[in-house]
Amino acid sequence: MKYAGLLVMPAGFFLSIAAILLFPASAQRAAFVLCGLAVEAMGLVVAVRGHMQIRGENR
Amino acid sequence: MTPLAPLPFPETSFALVLGLLLLAPLAIAGVALINTGLGRSRSAAQSLLGSLVVISTGVIAFALVGSALAAGTSGDHVFHLAGKAWNWAGAGPLFLEGFSAAPARMQLSLLFELLSVALVALIPWGSGADRLRLPAGAVIAAILGAAVFPLVAHWTWGGGWLAQLGANFSAGGGLLDGGGAAAIHALGGVSALAVVWIAGPRKGKFPHEGLSTAMPGHNVVYVLLGCLIALVGWLAWNMAGSLLWLHAAPGGLVTTAVNTFLSAAAALVATFSVTRIRFGKPDASLCANGWLAGLVTSSACAGVVSPLAALFAGLVAGIITPLLVELFELALSIDDPSGAISVHGAAGLWGLAAAGIFAPQQGQFAAQLIGVSTLLGLMLPLVYLVLWLVNRVLALRVDPDGERLGMDLHELGGNAYPEFVVHRDESYR
Repeated sequence: MKYAGLLVMPAGFFLSIAAILLFPASAQRAAFVLCGLAVEAMGLVVAVRGHMQIRGENR
Repeated sequence: MTPLAPLPFPETSFALVLGLLLLAPLAIAGVALINTGLGRSRSAAQSLLGSLVVISTGVIAFALVGSALAAGTSGDHVFHLAGKAWNWAGAGPLFLEGFSAAPARMQLSLLFELLSVALVALIPWGSGADRLRLPAGAVIAAILGAAVFPLVAHWTWGGGWLAQLGANFSAGGGLLDGGGAAAIHALGGVSALAVVWIAGPRKGKFPHEGLSTAMPGHNVVYVLLGCLIALVGWLAWNMAGSLLWLHAAPGGLVTTAVNTFLSAAAALVATFSVTRIRFGKPDASLCANGWLAGLVTSSACAGVVSPLAALFAGLVAGIITPLLVELFELALSIDDPSGAISVHGAAGLWGLAAAGIFAPQQGQFAAQLIGVSTLLGLMLPLVYLVLWLVNRVLALRVDPDGERLGMDLHELGGNAYPEFVVHRDESYR
């Protein structure tokens, strides 16, 4: 689960890169980059939950 | 930001930057003291010696290999996508060849980056306190100095793709990071997260039942003195960075210094208030973390925002830092003795975003967010993968017997405080 989360995070990064290529207007661009960051945040949450799961099993 | 070489650099600026960079190591000394004070007494000597070891290996690795990747030259590695050039790595000479004949600005840039490597290497070392072995710390620092930091430094300071977001995509002035909030602090913070995830928590930190065990820092005086020492270094660091990377005029440096101080002060007041409200009394360690988080936030903001904006950015950093430290420890089972993930990682990322919010250039917010996205979405998984592989070959964590004895006795053969009673694991649940 932790590795799945870490794999999702680069997807958010590529979304942010897509934003600067696709949207010339700064408001749209910033909104799309924020979506990329949201994907990264979701990946981080999954990775953290995976970490907590492993910790729980090791206790 | 534009490539470095064509810009004129008057002798007065050279002398000013050189003088400031000679003060900048005080920031490193401050962080090392804070890390040591926040660790346990039985690992204090190993922590401070380890600081010297990771600084040395990181700096050597950068000088021999990393400086080539970080350099901004006309022959940089570039690929083309959507009709734009993406400058992703420098192509300078290895082993500092030709350094003494390089232009003054290039020499100062390299000195700035050498100092930055030292600080980057210290950040995960503090998070891995009380269980990270000295050789492991040295290997992590060498990897950060040889490959990871140089890439981010090139992207940010060496005319790389993040710096050219403004020229290529009309995103403000490209990523603005005068004091190293991205290349130093956020990168150090995500590396710290990777280290604590891989090394695991200290023995007894998260018992089978109940809440996590409190393992307070062994010397709050070190921690608070470290904060004051770090302030001097940070003022110099941010001013030197403004001259080198933001091309500020010497006359604008006072604003940078005022912003740095205001950000730290606001953060301290905020953390003091938050801990006073939450615990009934202010917490000295968390207040130190708040102060440092304010300084980290200023690394991105100080050179580009107004004093009021710097104060607000510091205030927010001071509020979120103690809450994040508590969240990581109590809710997420992440054992970070120095609080570096919150202080350097989260505050660094917030500082970058705040610079985008308050900077006057059109489109700057998107450029700063792309910087945040790069560090979180690309560098965190990358650093984790590299350190995970390293851990397969060379164990990052000390063996259980060594942890029971304490890192000083196990790795150095003697305690930092031989005349004092040293806490053993039995004193914890």
